[in-house]
Amino acid sequence: MGTGNSFDFERNIDAALADQQLKKNLRNAMDILVEKRRAVFTDPEALEQLRAAGNAIKRRALSKLPQLLEQLEAKCRQNGIQVHWAEDTAAANRIVLEIMRANDATELVKGKSMVSEEMHLNRFLKDHGIEALESDLGEFIIQLNGETPSHIIVPAIHKNKDEVAEIFHDKLPDTPYTEDVEELTRIARQAMRKLFARVKVGLSGVNFAIAETGTLLLVENEGNGRMSTTVPDVHIAVMGLEKVLEKLSDVPPLLRLLTGSATGQIITTYVNMITSPRKEGEKDGPKEVHLVILDNGRSRMLADPEFRETLLCIRCGTCLNHCPVYVRIGGHAYGHVYPGPIGKILTPQMEGLEQAGVLATASSLCGACGDVCPVKIPIPALIRRLRSESYDAKGDGTVSGHGYKKNLTETLVWKGWELVNVHPALNRLSTKMAGAMGKRLPKVGPLKQWTRARSAPKFAGKSLHDHELEKGGRDD
Amino acid sequence: MARIPEKPTTVYMFGTCLVDMAFPRAGIAAHRLLEREGLTVLFPQAQSCCGQPAFNSGFIKEARAVARKQIEVFPGPLPIVVPSGSCAGMMKHHYPEMFADTAEYPKARQFADRVFELSEFLVRVLDVRLDDVGPPETVTWHTSCHALREMGVIEESKSLIRQLEHVNLVELEREEECCGFGGTFSVKQPAISTAMVKDKIDDIARTGAATVLSGDCGCLMNITGALEYHRVPVEGKHLAEFLWERTNGNRKQL
Ligand code: SF4
Repeated sequence: MGTGNSFDFERNIDAALADQQLKKNLRNAMDILVEKRRAVFTDPEALEQLRAAGNAIKRRALSKLPQLLEQLEAKCRQNGIQVHWAEDTAAANRIVLEIMRANDATELVKGKSMVSEEMHLNRFLKDHGIEALESDLGEFIIQLNGETPSHIIVPAIHKNKDEVAEIFHDKLPDTPYTEDVEELTRIARQAMRKLFARVKVGLSGVNFAIAETGTLLLVENEGNGRMSTTVPDVHIAVMGLEKVLEKLSDVPPLLRLLTGSATGQIITTYVNMITSPRKEGEKDGPKEVHLVILDNGRSRMLADPEFRETLLCIRCGTCLNHCPVYVRIGGHAYGHVYPGPIGKILTPQMEGLEQAGVLATASSLCGACGDVCPVKIPIPALIRRLRSESYDAKGDGTVSGHGYKKNLTETLVWKGWELVNVHPALNRLSTKMAGAMGKRLPKVGPLKQWTRARSAPKFAGKSLHDHELEKGGRDD
Repeated sequence: MARIPEKPTTVYMFGTCLVDMAFPRAGIAAHRLLEREGLTVLFPQAQSCCGQPAFNSGFIKEARAVARKQIEVFPGPLPIVVPSGSCAGMMKHHYPEMFADTAEYPKARQFADRVFELSEFLVRVLDVRLDDVGPPETVTWHTSCHALREMGVIEESKSLIRQLEHVNLVELEREEECCGFGGTFSVKQPAISTAMVKDKIDDIARTGAATVLSGDCGCLMNITGALEYHRVPVEGKHLAEFLWERTNGNRKQL
């Protein structure tokens, strides 16, 4: 696990595939999530209409993103929310640190936020003597165990109940071992309550930010999001700049798509809409609200007409749940914050192809992700585009590190493939050779990989072309 | 679903490179099935591959060159019937995409509009009636991802199997889950790919069927390779070959 140069995808994959418990946990959990989604979107036609609407709303927002962001900033300021811009994660971390210092705070209580994971905020704050405490149940579990989220919606999805019981018993002082879910939840809740009573700064993510009204919208099921954003004196919200929507009326279709796709809910238990700090005469709410808007490569994605579609994402996680690769290797194997299909297209663009381009190879292009994506991101097409950028024959790629994989062998192999498939005589010859030598091919290179757990392909002595010729059929 | 043409008298067949090299019997069977419906089947000898291997691997220029060749080789207004959902999907959906915003687009579009997956053509255009003359048999069916998601022809394929009176179709628990082939994915990510195909053959074995059918030879090569490696006594067969055998009464005649 981890990031940076320690990323060894192959080793991660092998380790994950060897872990039978993980395999069981993931399959069970994914089956449940897939079924829940299915149960809430029962009418395929209505779902298609909703997806088209969601796609159109997000597209419209992206088409005027700079203008909407300015409007959002102006509205938020009017409402008393302080807005900060961060070009990269280092800048975003510094902004959070400054707010912490200005408030003499040494602890931060967090609702679930993937952008804060993208920032590696917890580690950064720790290096600066500040403790970030997760209040989402899943995040709490993995934080206790020193792990990172393995899923963007359900961070501890790779753990089953028994493993959670084990972690609570080991890591929380004076906690007797119990597998009772109610009891486990009660234990966690108690720990949270203590937190909220003392911590002065809370941090959350943002699901949608509405430019028209300057509203930050946050969905959740545990109430910890509401606690993190209302109980502490200071609330910091962090968001990627693609989260902005034009108007309030854009919210309902997207919200429906988000909760239905993510957890199979018609609506979440909590939908928080934050439009200002505590006003005069109000009894609760934070005294200060800060919004940190992060770019971290998103502007570059926006500039490319094809890659821009990555920014349609509403982080529902359903592409992970439906992915035959994710269900087998789990989130940690991807070695980066965003796993699964969305991670395969997002991470190489954020981190560069040299660092993360290999993620794009981990897809059979089965298309399940693109089929279920609520905002219709053509994920397989973007994976293909990243593969093409990796070799980048023409040198006009837009992703950092494009062309990193360019090599003579593969270039020649595909050039040869092209020749054979463009010139009928060469094609006949190569098919004949495959037929004649198929059985005697040395098991090296691709064939070696193929035969790891499969017998070698059998080539026919006589090709279909030959059979057709023999039949003497007309061919034009 | 695209427009359904009137029943033509002549069609093109695009055999696909995999059928050509490794599964010629599937191609011959497809040819026979079409002929039996009274059609003349043209098989241009200059045809080769749909270009998908390069397209999916990121070698678009090479894929385009090979696609251009196929477009040139199938010039007439005739339907092009393809015994593969994956290759049909490539030609129907990705050719227009590959040539978008170029002068070649109209040709690619015109070509794409004539592409049919075999079972789609048999059911929707020819409305075939199958007369099963084989002994009772239990089979299972694997859905190819592109036949399902790009071509949307799985119901057609399965309806053909269901027409066979003495054939019992037992469905897989995870019929629509990818078998792990994915072209170069199988050799670029061999560990994941083999884990996927292992689950697939376990699912197949649990049905108790002696034969697994599919409409795509990529999946079949992957699945039969794994069945053989793990010594699971189940035979993999292309739908066309199976349909021909069941209705022709003479296996040898292929
Ligand atoms: S890519 Fe689509 S399916 Fe995946 S998380 Fe984003 S919105 Fe959801």
